Amino acid sequence: MEAYLDNSATTRCSERAKNLMVQILTEDFGNPSSLHNKGKEAEDYIKEAKSRIAKTLKADEKEIVFTSGGTESNNLALLGAALANKRQGMHIITTEIEHASVHAPLAYLKELGFEITCLGVDADGIISLEELRDAVREDTILVSIMMVNNEIGAVEPIEEAARIIKEKNPNTLFHVDAIQAYGKFHIYPKRWGIDLLSVSGHKIHAPKGTGFLYIRDKVKVKPIIYGGGQQKGMRSGTENVPGVAALGEAAAEIYEDFDVKVAHMYTLKERFIARVTQIPGVTVNGRTGRDSAPQIVSITIDDVRSEVMLHSLEEQGIYVSAGSACSSNKPAPSRTLQGIGLPAKKLESTIRISFSVYTTEEEVDYAVEKMKEIIPFRRKFTRK
Amino acid sequence: MYKSFLIKYAEIAIKGKNRYLFEDALVSQINHALKKVDGSFHVRKEQGRIYVDTDGEYDYDETIEALKCVFGIVGICPVILVEDEGFDKLCEDVIAHIKQEYPDKHFTFKVDARRARKNYPLESMEINAKVGERILDAFPETRVDVHHPEVMIHIEIRSQINIYSRIIPGPGGMPVGTNGKAMLLLSGGIDSPVAGYMIAKRGVTIDATYFHAPPYTSERAKQKVVDLAKIVAKYAGPINLHVVNFTDIQLYIYEQCPHEELTIIMRRYMMKLAEHFAKENKCLGLITGESIGQVASQTMQSLAATNEVCTMPVYRPLIGFDKQEIVEVSEKIDAYETSILPYEDCCTIFVAKHPVTKPSLNVIHNDEKKLSEKIDALMQEAIDTVEVIHIEA
Repeated sequence: MEAYLDNSATTRCSERAKNLMVQILTEDFGNPSSLHNKGKEAEDYIKEAKSRIAKTLKADEKEIVFTSGGTESNNLALLGAALANKRQGMHIITTEIEHASVHAPLAYLKELGFEITCLGVDADGIISLEELRDAVREDTILVSIMMVNNEIGAVEPIEEAARIIKEKNPNTLFHVDAIQAYGKFHIYPKRWGIDLLSVSGHKIHAPKGTGFLYIRDKVKVKPIIYGGGQQKGMRSGTENVPGVAALGEAAAEIYEDFDVKVAHMYTLKERFIARVTQIPGVTVNGRTGRDSAPQIVSITIDDVRSEVMLHSLEEQGIYVSAGSACSSNKPAPSRTLQGIGLPAKKLESTIRISFSVYTTEEEVDYAVEKMKEIIPFRRKFTRK
Repeated sequence: MYKSFLIKYAEIAIKGKNRYLFEDALVSQINHALKKVDGSFHVRKEQGRIYVDTDGEYDYDETIEALKCVFGIVGICPVILVEDEGFDKLCEDVIAHIKQEYPDKHFTFKVDARRARKNYPLESMEINAKVGERILDAFPETRVDVHHPEVMIHIEIRSQINIYSRIIPGPGGMPVGTNGKAMLLLSGGIDSPVAGYMIAKRGVTIDATYFHAPPYTSERAKQKVVDLAKIVAKYAGPINLHVVNFTDIQLYIYEQCPHEELTIIMRRYMMKLAEHFAKENKCLGLITGESIGQVASQTMQSLAATNEVCTMPVYRPLIGFDKQEIVEVSEKIDAYETSILPYEDCCTIFVAKHPVTKPSLNVIHNDEKKLSEKIDALMQEAIDTVEVIHIEA
């Protein structure tokens, strides 16, 4: 049996998204900038995708800019907003549990002379709104907070954060990395006071290499890619029409029967947690209820290193992640797990399980059964 | 564009009856190396020389890069081959060569003629002087310097006349295939690929054994070793990589033996297994990347303990190298970046905080007795389940 429980790393492309993509790759393959009909046809696909995505956010079509994925969306949001607004101030606020695609561009901005304030989190990975309120200043041009943490599934109080930021300084822009949140929550940036919102396609059953950035109307952002002036100059380069259309399709699809899908994932999560915590020495990191993300569970298995656990599960056809897939290329301790105060020994024995709408109860039960076998066996052989 | 390359090889190694073996091996290695290069090539032996002739278009840079990986080659000379059509024609050819090859004529030169065909009307010294004069006439900016010339113009009078002035250094050594075969213990580290390279340089064909320990080591760690084997194969030719599943043996040692002896006992079983595959594949020795004192398992005492289980010679070409010296070779053969990829290898998973550095053979022998119940069966299983990957650069 195979159980793919690494859906926060990436998801399977949906049939609908795939079919649309194939259609565009092989038949309607025009360049949207071409003046002829085949170009117009391609342009229509983009418009259609924009409109479908805008609808999920209750946003305006013109507020959507397509990118190559979450990393580019975060880079465009942070670098673009900071550089366009630096005359208003050089202060940026973020949190210590952000993904590398937020953390690294901010480190670059720091090199350019921006001042970065990093908010801490509690043991559940949640920021303090008080600390946020205190941190916002007159020269704060940008706040960047993720909505769902990719490693432990903590859900940040984004709506309240937006209100607090705007109360304290109406000119401060608010960027939300919603890469793990979009498709799992209703998000209404315009209504909530979010200025910039990053989304990745391949986390919601669209192909890799797709994503978008929501840029609220009238918010000043400098492009980071220059060229032929596509997407009103905000993101030059021939649009990835098949990818964009597939992203539009996947976005529309995931918000159909939305409550049922989310409830399904929560049920899986609760089922998994109830069973896996019966194994001695297994604990869940962060919140476990419906105030956490439906698709992510982080567990620490005492005395079994995460890589060994991962490869042991892999032998049984079960795919999980050691910490966060994006950070597993380099064996540096996770900022998130350090941020929630996990002791060093537990840092290296933590794995992440993540579900999707396609995940079944059988897969979850199978994974737990195998863990029950693997964990006691691997514990016999620890590094002394 | 050159149509031919003159291949120079070390003459000292090829005296006597073995000469043709050496040359045939070199021709075959050159042919193999050029297989991947764009173009069509013909390699021929002639009067104690090896020539690579090209036919039509070919990629010059790729050709040189490929030849630079062939052990046994000391120098690669892009050469102009002309028929003997009189001395004036020879001078014209030399001048045409200089004109094309050296856009800036401000250099010092010397003509070095050799007359292998003794019926040529002029003697070597005469050729030197007369060709030199003609060059000076044609390019007044040039100067002669007989002691330290910037450009040495070689003219060899053979059945054809050879004109060349560039000698691109080859890797030296002896052609692979002239000195038997040995089994390299290849880990994912920096040292073992370098050790394989160095022994291959002496003409030895290489096979390799890698120990992997899933789930403690990953598929990516194994891929890294395959990639390293590919790099070594660029020089050593095709390698049969034996991938041995070592997990159960390792866990059994872990359960039965004192923890600080784990690494040393483990290495003894690795040597035994490697030797088994070496014998099976008609190898004449084992190769390791060990260097005295580098880590606990490479002290003189530890080396003696691992060496004891082998009946074959164990070649340790890095034995007197410092780490930095090993890294230099690793960088030269482009293995370093792959070697430092951060994947766990099977030697480090259970390593003790304080492993023994001076293992006593008596103690090791005694502790190994605790393995007697299952170890033979586990060894046999490791042998039976070996995966052999044929690797070509």
